[in-house]
Amino acid sequence: MIFTYVFYGAAGLLLVLSLLKDRKKTKAALLKAWKAFENILPQFLAILFIAGILLAFLTPDTISRFIGRESGWWGVVGAALVGSVTLIPGFLAFPLAALLLKNGAGATQIGAFVSTLMMVGVITLPVEIKYLGRKVALLRNLLAFAFSFLVALVIGWVVS
Amino acid sequence: MKKTRLVRYIFPLAAALALGALLLIDPPAGRKAAQVTLFSFKEMLLVIPPIFVLLGLLDVWVPREKMVRFMGDKSGLLGILLALFIGSAAAGPLYGAFPVAAVFMRKGVKFTNLLVFLGAWSTTKIPMFLFELSALGAGFALTRLLVNIPGIIGMAYILRLSLREEEVNELYARAAAEER
Repeated sequence: MIFTYVFYGAAGLLLVLSLLKDRKKTKAALLKAWKAFENILPQFLAILFIAGILLAFLTPDTISRFIGRESGWWGVVGAALVGSVTLIPGFLAFPLAALLLKNGAGATQIGAFVSTLMMVGVITLPVEIKYLGRKVALLRNLLAFAFSFLVALVIGWVVS
Repeated sequence: MKKTRLVRYIFPLAAALALGALLLIDPPAGRKAAQVTLFSFKEMLLVIPPIFVLLGLLDVWVPREKMVRFMGDKSGLLGILLALFIGSAAAGPLYGAFPVAAVFMRKGVKFTNLLVFLGAWSTTKIPMFLFELSALGAGFALTRLLVNIPGIIGMAYILRLSLREEEVNELYARAAAEER
């Protein structure tokens, strides 16, 4: 994706500038970058495995059974829950959402699914707690979960 | 030291073993899980390195006073807009944002701005928005964006109001202690 390349470009350019200006500081920066990464790497790896295992069971078929157009409020709740516990890379998530819409999922339900998918992270909660503390992490996820219903309602109202 | 470092990898190792077990018990499901894991792993390898390099450079080169001036307690509307913008310009999954949040805390970024940044990273990322636009249409993507922007800011302030001053200070102290 283009934005990733923009990020590489920016990081590369700034790294060169930094090197030209101060070798020692640049080394310190890279060391910090590595430490920050290594610090969180075990959790990252665990997340990837768990997300993979979960997704093997949540096929588009299974999901659309939960959140069809006729599924009503329970469908919205189900969609929000599925979105909360899954971790799908963005460029897989939107085609999946489009596929679900085509297979008969309602716009309100998909709105809830997409919103919690992006804002609520149950699998990543341990990482979030590590950085933000238990209270903030839990509150942030709960607020985002509740807010996703508002998003879903408005989307259902606008799109259908 | 060496031992504690390895102990940290027990959890991912257990998850990998679970995946291996799934491959044996239910090969099709296992293969799918392996595929998704591999895909996400590639995504991580591709997307994460520049984030952390930028993080390191930010940590070393941008002085605390500058960050405080632009995004600190008295930064007002500019701080909120900057937080929205930086979060939206990001690339990569939300879990990449938490280490950035820790550096922001060390640099004295106001707590609500930090939450706005996290909210923007989670859901108003520009590359993701473009993707959403093409996959789900303008009605869906624009509606979500327009509800999300005030929502992110509102939630940041609600969350801040539900915390005591000491709780926020403790988080900042913890982020500062991580630095060594």
